[in-house]
Amino acid sequence: MPNDGTPLSYLHGFGVKAYPVTALTWGLLILSIAVCIIIAVLVLGAIFRRRRPPADVAPASIPPERGSTGASWIVIGVGISTVALLGSLVWTVVVLAAINGPPSKPGLTIEVTGQQWWWKARYLSNDPSRILTTANEFHIPTGVPVRVRLIGADVIHSFWVPALAGKTDTIPGQTNVTWIEADRPGRYEGQCTEYCGVEHGRMQFYVIAETPAEFRTWVDAQLKPAAPPPTPDLARGEKAFVFHCGACHTVRGTKAGGTVAPDLTHLMSRKTIASGALPNNIGTLSGWIANPQALKPGTLMPTLYLSGPELTDIRSYLATLN
Amino acid sequence: MTDAILDPERLPRLPVGPTARRGLGWWGVWCLVATEGALFAYLLFSYFYFAVQFDKGWLPNGEVPSMRLALPDTIVLILSSVALVFGDRGVRRGRRGENLAGIGAAFILGVIFVVVQYFEWSAKNFSARTDSYGSLYFTVTGFHMAHVVAGLGVLATVFVWSLLGYFSPRRSAPVLIASVYWHFVDVVWLFVFATFYLSPYLMW
Amino acid sequence: MSSTANFDRSDIERVPEVAPIERAPRGFLERVWETAPGVAGFFSSVDHKEIGKRYIVTAFVFLALGGVEAAIMRLQLAGPNRHVLTPEQYDQLFSTHGITMIFLYALPILSGFSNFLWPLMFGSRDMAFPRLNALSYWVFVASGIFIYAGFAIGAGPNDGWFNYVPLASRPFNPGMNEDFYALGMIFLGVSTTVGAANFIVTLFRTRAPGMSLDRLPIMAWGTLTASAANLIVIPCVSLAFFLLWMDRQFDTHFFDVSSNGQPLLWQHLFWFFGHPWVYAIVLPAMAMVSEGLPTFCRRPLVGYPVVALSTVATMLIGFGVWVHHMFATGLPNLPLAVFSGASFIITVPSAVAVFAWIATIWLGRPVITTAFLFFAGTIGLFVIGGVSGFMTASVPVDWQLTDTYFVVAHIHYVLIGINVFPVCGGLYYWFPKMTGRMMDERLGKWNFWVMFIGFNLAFLPMHWTGLRGMPRRVYTYADAMGWDTLNLITTIGSYVFAVGFLLLIVNALKSLRSGRIAGPNPWGAATLEWATPSPPPPYNFAVIPQVASRHPLWEAELTPSVARSDVTRGLVLDHGKETIGTTPLDAVPNIILKMPGDSFAPLILTIGMSAFFAGLLVHLWWLAGAGAVVMLIALLTWLWPERELAERAGAAND
Repeated sequence: MPNDGTPLSYLHGFGVKAYPVTALTWGLLILSIAVCIIIAVLVLGAIFRRRRPPADVAPASIPPERGSTGASWIVIGVGISTVALLGSLVWTVVVLAAINGPPSKPGLTIEVTGQQWWWKARYLSNDPSRILTTANEFHIPTGVPVRVRLIGADVIHSFWVPALAGKTDTIPGQTNVTWIEADRPGRYEGQCTEYCGVEHGRMQFYVIAETPAEFRTWVDAQLKPAAPPPTPDLARGEKAFVFHCGACHTVRGTKAGGTVAPDLTHLMSRKTIASGALPNNIGTLSGWIANPQALKPGTLMPTLYLSGPELTDIRSYLATLN
Repeated sequence: MTDAILDPERLPRLPVGPTARRGLGWWGVWCLVATEGALFAYLLFSYFYFAVQFDKGWLPNGEVPSMRLALPDTIVLILSSVALVFGDRGVRRGRRGENLAGIGAAFILGVIFVVVQYFEWSAKNFSARTDSYGSLYFTVTGFHMAHVVAGLGVLATVFVWSLLGYFSPRRSAPVLIASVYWHFVDVVWLFVFATFYLSPYLMW
Repeated sequence: MSSTANFDRSDIERVPEVAPIERAPRGFLERVWETAPGVAGFFSSVDHKEIGKRYIVTAFVFLALGGVEAAIMRLQLAGPNRHVLTPEQYDQLFSTHGITMIFLYALPILSGFSNFLWPLMFGSRDMAFPRLNALSYWVFVASGIFIYAGFAIGAGPNDGWFNYVPLASRPFNPGMNEDFYALGMIFLGVSTTVGAANFIVTLFRTRAPGMSLDRLPIMAWGTLTASAANLIVIPCVSLAFFLLWMDRQFDTHFFDVSSNGQPLLWQHLFWFFGHPWVYAIVLPAMAMVSEGLPTFCRRPLVGYPVVALSTVATMLIGFGVWVHHMFATGLPNLPLAVFSGASFIITVPSAVAVFAWIATIWLGRPVITTAFLFFAGTIGLFVIGGVSGFMTASVPVDWQLTDTYFVVAHIHYVLIGINVFPVCGGLYYWFPKMTGRMMDERLGKWNFWVMFIGFNLAFLPMHWTGLRGMPRRVYTYADAMGWDTLNLITTIGSYVFAVGFLLLIVNALKSLRSGRIAGPNPWGAATLEWATPSPPPPYNFAVIPQVASRHPLWEAELTPSVARSDVTRGLVLDHGKETIGTTPLDAVPNIILKMPGDSFAPLILTIGMSAFFAGLLVHLWWLAGAGAVVMLIALLTWLWPERELAERAGAAND
């Protein structure tokens, strides 16, 4: 994983949109630290410059003096500062222009909807049968600019995958457009970065970059509807799932067609659930279905008070959705 | 900016207590005008913030609002300010009749403004709940109305004080202060009127 | 109250009498100016010194409350996946913390210092509008209680201090949390606005003769600039909250998208206010540093005219940068570049102040008192806060930095570094004037270092936390993000800082009781407040001083051969409760002002206002109406022309 150990760091960026910004960030950071050090030295120098008067001297006992005007201090200090500021402004505008649009025409457009507290992605296509809807973990091909259209469904969220690009808000009533491009494969973590309610802190998502061939394979697999359950137990599980969960969730190939919650058709192809809040395994899946409020208080998924057998059936069925 | 020290021994006779523009109330009411004027600037900004994002369909029924009531109402308010100018002049020249008549006429014209505005509101076929235009229209004109009503209170108070003989040519600051406020309310109305009734012609 | 005036011509106009200070009728002045004793006096006082001290104490109470909120938050964030707080509790805590610090502490503390000091610095006997002064304090307290009432019942604001819609709208926030905040802010806005008007009129009309604008104490420029800005921008935020309140109660559609509403309108209105506001809460504090540092360097401030101008310039440019809070909202490139440029440029006038301060120390003879440490410490912290702000001015960098802990580090460096530290310095500096006693210098040094070390331990690593991607306003975070150790260090640092703050309070309380008695000018400072006894008598100056320069008390040393200010002989103004009014630019006396005595009207007006807002909050319209009636009565009582204030025409042809 890029930035292992600090997955949301942007001190090392990846991809054509990130490199100029990372350089600018480091440039301004180093300049800032230098300024702080210089000023600290000046202040300390100013204080300790003369032989210090004995301790406990009263200021009133030292007669005030007019002293020199000190104009040169201000002129030189402000002059140097202004040069540094103007240079930074120019560099800023250059970088802004450089990352304004992708270097070539985007090869893929994803419509991302931020909503409390998960991410929906719709892969657009001219062919309606190849429009893919998924949630929370988005694959993209490396070396291809990807246009991201940002939809606000409820409140303002912000789409941010730091290793690849800066953030852009999803705002209800308007569609913001940004773009990302990964130049090497990897699993890039993202998180919502506009306060959006109680579970704002647990609204992660992942952008998984892979080679174009692997990406095509992934899309094809994701477009397939769920296979019919092979055993009676699993069929029972599917029925229970459709009954309890179908009003909100979709599993293509079944009667579950709800659109207000993540599409689960290929749930087990994802490494996390609950928008990055939990790893995706039998234990967490059971816990999540049984009592989502305990794991992510305030989440919009209700606690359904399922019986033990129902829970097992549903979970077993979901475990087949690769 | 003088370097010389002011000699306290050589001061002229100074007025004691507030007189027209030397009192502090004059500065105070201009601070009030500044802050309330800013409020209306933000209200009208909000109107234009919406207007530039939509086309003419944003207007109710897609049409520019009619000036049938608003234009005469504007004239009423202007006349009210004119009357108050006489009211203020009257007290500064010691002419009690002109003073009371001016303030009284300003008050009555102000009341007419409020009544006509009320009819204008009733005649609208949308409410503040209909959409953003409706919310804006009633909020902006509502804020203005609130300022007019407050102004009527101010005029009535100053009228009573004039009646009680509190004022003289020197001691007339409250009348001047009330005038500043009332003229301000009038000027604000001109901007509100221009925004809602005239700007659509320029925009669409 | 003053005696009934003998009705003669001198009550209409007169040449004001001049006398040497020994012959001033101090007993009479004391009787006329002092507040009535006891509870009645407490609630009706219009003495600016009383009001200033109350502002300072109350603001410190809110600072402590905000600090406790932060301390609890830091417990939750000390490590990953902790369960000290529920998400809902955390959200109310961080929101209330921000609101408390930014609105209920940061400006009121500066208002308090300015309130106490300005008439003394200007050689005057009170602010321009003493009753309005009392009103601004009572409304501050009432609105602070109003906002906290929500927090106390578990319905505190929960959408941050900047309160974005749609999250603040009723569908997403059905409880009363936002209503407490919205109405409370409109309520508080009244206090700040009338306070601003009072400062402006006081500065322009009630200075000592000869105190032309270029002779103003530099501190006045800071508060003047802030007040002028507040007068213009507070209606903007009050309007934003009013529109939100309307949407929430009456289904208007300002912000809701379904009926042509615009969520971004909130952000524009809020930030057009918000950015000038953050300058309003630091420029007066910077001016305090400019005021106090020269005293401890035994020389005048370097570059007074440019520092004064840069204060005004910072605020003016500050009106043109508000969009830098909205860089990530999807704006086109041109406005992004323009606001980015303005945000870079605004650093220039701030640099003027920093270099003026360094030059003052370098070219002076610094004496290291506690106050000096706080003022000098401000310089370093200011620059750190300034450069982190400079980094966020760059749009592409801001697209990474914004809404991460980098910005949290920035705001705390600018708020604590350029408000709290100067305030602490100001407290050590002016405590003798306010109370007649010195604060303990030894305890003071401990106070400074514990605060300085604790603060930097808490917030310096936070820059790194932000650069490593930790978002803001999250109630918890996962492990293995690279944030664990940094957060733990921040938590520890914040507690050290809290101890430092406690030392300040201990020092203040201890010194009140047993501090060394202070004379009129313990620091050998230059400005007029140091020409009065410590603490000053109710009337401030027995005779109004004449002012010939910026440093009236240093003229013997600085300009021995030139005409000098005079604090020993001047206008007596003893025909009642009087002070002098002057022309705005050159301070030539042009009116004798009659000042009001104690009055209950401000308090009653505040009670009426409280009932009004409470009624709106819970939709009890009769209560709101009753409150409005009380307000009206109080206003009429207040404004009714009074003979003693020479507001009424008298029998003797005037």
